[in-house]
This record gives sequence, C-alpha cells and structure tokens, in this order.
Amino acid sequence: MSTPVVFDAASRVYPGSSTPAVDSLDLEIQPGEFLVLVGPSGCGKSTSLRMLAGLEDVTSGAIRIGDRDVTHLRPKDRDIAMVFQSYALYPHLTVGENMGFALKIAGAPKSEIQARVADAAKVLDLEPYLDRKPKALSGGQRQRVAMGRAIVREPQVFLMDEPLSNLDAKLRVSTRTQIAALQRRLGITTVYVTHDQVEAMTMGDRVAVLKDGVLQQVAAPLELYDRPANAFVAGFIGSPAMNLGTFRVEDGAALVAGARVPLPRATTAALTEGEVVLGFRPEALEMVPAGTEGAFPVEVLVAEELGSEAFLYGTLAAELKDPQLVARVAPRSVPEKGSTVHFRILPERLHAFSVSTGEALPTS
Amino acid sequence: MSRRPRGREERSIVASIGLHATLLGAVVIALFPVVWVFLASLKPKSAIQSSEIALFDQPSLENYRRVLLDTSFPTWFLNSVVVALFTMAIGMAMSATAGYALSRFNFPGKRGLMWLFLITQMFPVAILIVPIYTIMANLGLIDTKASLVIAYCTVAVPFCTWMLRGYFDTIPRDLDEAAAIDGLGPFKTFWYVILPLARPGLAVTAFYTFLTAWGEVAYAIAFTLSDDKLTLGAGLQQFVPQFNPQWDLLTAGAVLIMLPASLVFYFAQKHLVAGLTAGGTKG
Repeated sequence: MSTPVVFDAASRVYPGSSTPAVDSLDLEIQPGEFLVLVGPSGCGKSTSLRMLAGLEDVTSGAIRIGDRDVTHLRPKDRDIAMVFQSYALYPHLTVGENMGFALKIAGAPKSEIQARVADAAKVLDLEPYLDRKPKALSGGQRQRVAMGRAIVREPQVFLMDEPLSNLDAKLRVSTRTQIAALQRRLGITTVYVTHDQVEAMTMGDRVAVLKDGVLQQVAAPLELYDRPANAFVAGFIGSPAMNLGTFRVEDGAALVAGARVPLPRATTAALTEGEVVLGFRPEALEMVPAGTEGAFPVEVLVAEELGSEAFLYGTLAAELKDPQLVARVAPRSVPEKGSTVHFRILPERLHAFSVSTGEALPTS
Repeated sequence: MSRRPRGREERSIVASIGLHATLLGAVVIALFPVVWVFLASLKPKSAIQSSEIALFDQPSLENYRRVLLDTSFPTWFLNSVVVALFTMAIGMAMSATAGYALSRFNFPGKRGLMWLFLITQMFPVAILIVPIYTIMANLGLIDTKASLVIAYCTVAVPFCTWMLRGYFDTIPRDLDEAAAIDGLGPFKTFWYVILPLARPGLAVTAFYTFLTAWGEVAYAIAFTLSDDKLTLGAGLQQFVPQFNPQWDLLTAGAVLIMLPASLVFYFAQKHLVAGLTAGGTKG
C-alpha cells in the first residue's frame, strides 16, 4: 500500500545560473518511511521537495514514485499532497471546503467528500471549525487545516515544506509529535523539509543532510549523530553544536592548547597532512583536575544552567571553528564565570576529519 | 493654567471648522452641476433659459415624458445598454485572462506585450478615429454596434489588463501551487481560485469598461450614422444643434443617463472589499 520514492541523479539548474540548486540527488525513500530533508537555507532541500511535487522542473535525472516515472508529469498526475510553509489555504473557502477541494475537483460524490472531511476533521480536532473561513482561525488551526487538506486526499506521498516554521515554539514541539504520530498511523511515505535539526532528529526515520545542493549523508538520526560522514554534518547535527577545530599533529597526537590529545592509530594512518580537524560534542568533554594527561585549560565565559543539565561556554587558546567551546557539565555546581577549568576529551567519542576534504577519518 | 492634553482622536475647534468647511466645499463643487441639471430638467424650456435664476419654476415631469415618448431617446438608450454590456463582458473576459497570463506565466514576447498595451494608451482618441474607421469600413462594420464594442475594447482592455495583472500579482503564488497539487490545471485554477479572490479588481474593471462605452461620444459619432443605431452620446448631440439648443430635452436625458451608470457603480462597489486573501497564507 505504501509507496517508495526514488530520486535518480535528479538535478535542477535554475535558468541563468551555472551552479545547480540540486546537484544529481540520489535518494531512495522506503515505503511508509518518514524522511527528513535538512540543511541550512539555500541548500536545495525545498527545491528537491518541489521537484518531487512537480512544481519545479527536473533538469536532468529522474524521479520515481512507486514504479511510475513522474519526472515530467504534472503535479496533479503524481498522486501527492503537500503542506506548504505558508499553508496556502484557499481564503474564500471554508475549512471543510478547503479540505474537500481536491476531491470535489476530482469529481468524488458529495457523500464521500463529506465523510472523508469529517474523518480528517476528527483526527485533527477541527470539527467545530468546519464552517469557518481560514482568516477566523489561529495559526495552529490553520496549520492543521493544511494537514487536513493533505490527509483527506489519501495520497501516495505526503510532502511537507517546513510546516511548523510559522508556529510559536511551544506549539511547534507539540505539533511535531502529532505529525510524527499521525504519519506512523497512516503509514504514508512522507518527505519533510526543515532547517531545524531538532525537528529532523526527532521526527525522521531517516534524515538526509544537504549542503549547496549536494547530499552529504542519509542515515537514521542517531547514526548521523554518532557517525557523521564529514565535518559539515558533524557541525550541523546536534544542539549545542559539536566543537570543531583544526589542530597540529605531532608524534601521533594532536596539540590542543598545549595538551597532547592522543589520536587512534587508524586516524594517524589515514592522515595526509600535518593537521587534523577534531570534533568533540559537548558531552564528550570531561572536567578533570589540571595536570591530567590530555587535559587542556578553558576559561569560562558563560555558564547556562538548565536544571537538568548545564552548558559551559569558554575560550580555548587554539583555532576552533566556532571561537567558543561548549561543554556539558553537571548541573547545580557549574564553575564560576572567569575561572579556568580543565577538560579532557573522552577518547571513544572523538571525531576526526581531514583538513582538506572534511571527510571523516577512521577513529578505531 | 492646566489644559487637558488632547487625545489622539481629538482635534482643536479651529482645525475642526477648517476641515468641515473644506469637505463641505468639496461636496458642493462635486454635487452642484448634478443638482443643477436635475433641477433644470424639471423646468419648462423657457425657464431654463431665463435670466432669472430660481431653484424651482413650474416643476413637472413634462420634459421626461417628451424625451421618452417624442424622441428616439429610448432606442439610443437601448443601443447604449447593449454596447456597454457587451463591452463590459468582452473587455473583462479578455483583460482578466490576459492579466492572469501576464501575472503567472513566462512566455516569449511577454515584455513586448506589456509595452504594447502601455503604448496604445498614449494615443489620443482623435488620432485613432480615422485609422479605426478605415479598419471598420474594410470589415464592413460601419454603422453597427459591433464596431463600437470593438473600438471601446481597444480602449478598455489594455488598461484593464494592466490593472488586473497588478491585482493578480497580489494573490500569493502559493495558492496556485496548492491548486496545482489539488489537481487543477491553469484554467480551473484561474476560475476556482484566482477569480473569486480578485473580486474587487474585477468590480473596478467592470465599472471602468462599462463607463468607457456608456457615455462615449467621439467613436459613436464617427462609426454610427442612422438614427436607430445611435448610442446616447451621439444621440444627445441632436438636442444641441448650433442655434437652438433644446435644454429641456437635454437635461432630462442627462439625468436618465446617470441612472444605469449609478446602478452599475452600486453593484460594483459592493465588491470593493479589502482583505479577501487574508488568512490564506502566512509568512
């Protein structure tokens, strides 16, 4: 019943531009899967989705839904439904008419339209609003109408283009869970675009990270977190972000602010330069007494106490990508601002990347 | 001396008097000719041309009776209604579809077309009468209503196309895309989504096209000859021959002409509401 979606070296070059917005994207989406496309703005994630929707021409390559090649089909012939970032509700139609519009155009009998709209309204808690116009709804309700319009269609694929970005922070979190739960229940293949890596991590079965139109890595959220394929993915996934810095390598160890951080043999063997990009997440840092092997001093700038955990922002006398270093520390006993503390990187949680290519180097 | 500070919604007495005097002046200037024509239409001919000025002088509807029964006025009136309605229908159909195409699609010659529409607006009617007359003569359309409808459309369509294109541009493209996903082709999108949202723009267009044809004189005189083909603008000229203007008939006719135009405006203004697209999209 569920349908796979395949991007087969699909590219999109905008007229008048020489660099492709999406550069030969290869992506297989499993039947019933919730796949999230994530990346910074301008990375081509929305363009990829619009290519799948048929709103954007495919310059080269192919896109398949199920076993149908839809590369040059019109949107209406693709059997997809889309939730727009702006919701794009029809302002002159009521909520019920908005949700049943596609069925009405397709010539479905009135009784069937009513039944399906009623079902969707029930699922989305929209029953009291069916006769209202969109302008009489709140942002969250409009978002649900946009969802309802997609659900009523019972399409082969759902496409969602940053559907939560217009909601306030709290509503975003609850709607996030609702959408994910709804998708699991309906079992309809879904492609979801967001720039928010937290949304990507929490909602997706798998996450595809894009940068400059090029697919960086597709993997399950934890896999992305634990084994990023390159420095970009490493820095993009995770909040607070991974600490990334370029360090000199001498005798099998990286020099971090005067301290020698030993590198695994596999890493040094794969090194081609005298420098390495090291990545370590905030929780990969361990506060240790001064003088411990591999410990480096950090001057505390800010401490963020969140109750359940605390983050410490400090400066390191070395070239970090982000001038600040973030460490997770035990809550309720954070070091004072201005003090100097010593950290050690947990060896099994160390990431290493090539300075020239940014590709991950083996660490074991 | 403590004076209560003025709130945002309040004005000083002087400002208030000045404002109302100005508005009153504007109203008088706007209404005077209309009211004067109306009052004159109730007077006998001798009273209209009399040097003594009175608001009422033996008021009666005699002028109206004579215009409606003793002249060709009803025929002209009907001709004008037919010509204006056809101009409105054809003009709106053409400018709405053209405006939508210019607003939403890219096609070769798009810029050229826009310029062409703009440039045709720059020629005064006086210059265009002769060439259009020649065209109409070649088409065998002289002394027909069709010649007027076509001529009026050449005036109204370019302007209305620009105006509607501007209006369509304010309707978010996301709605077109949502419609495309919902299974609508360009024509259905136009019909079911764009047109209902463009009601205010269409109302203005309807009114404009109607007026273009309703009171027009120059083309009407040039292209129609026989008395039963004349429209109001051309017909009324017969009431003002060079030496013996029939003010009684003219004023009564003028009042009658105002009625349909007012009626069209009444229906058009009902659709002049803002915020039709509110709530559809956000961000």
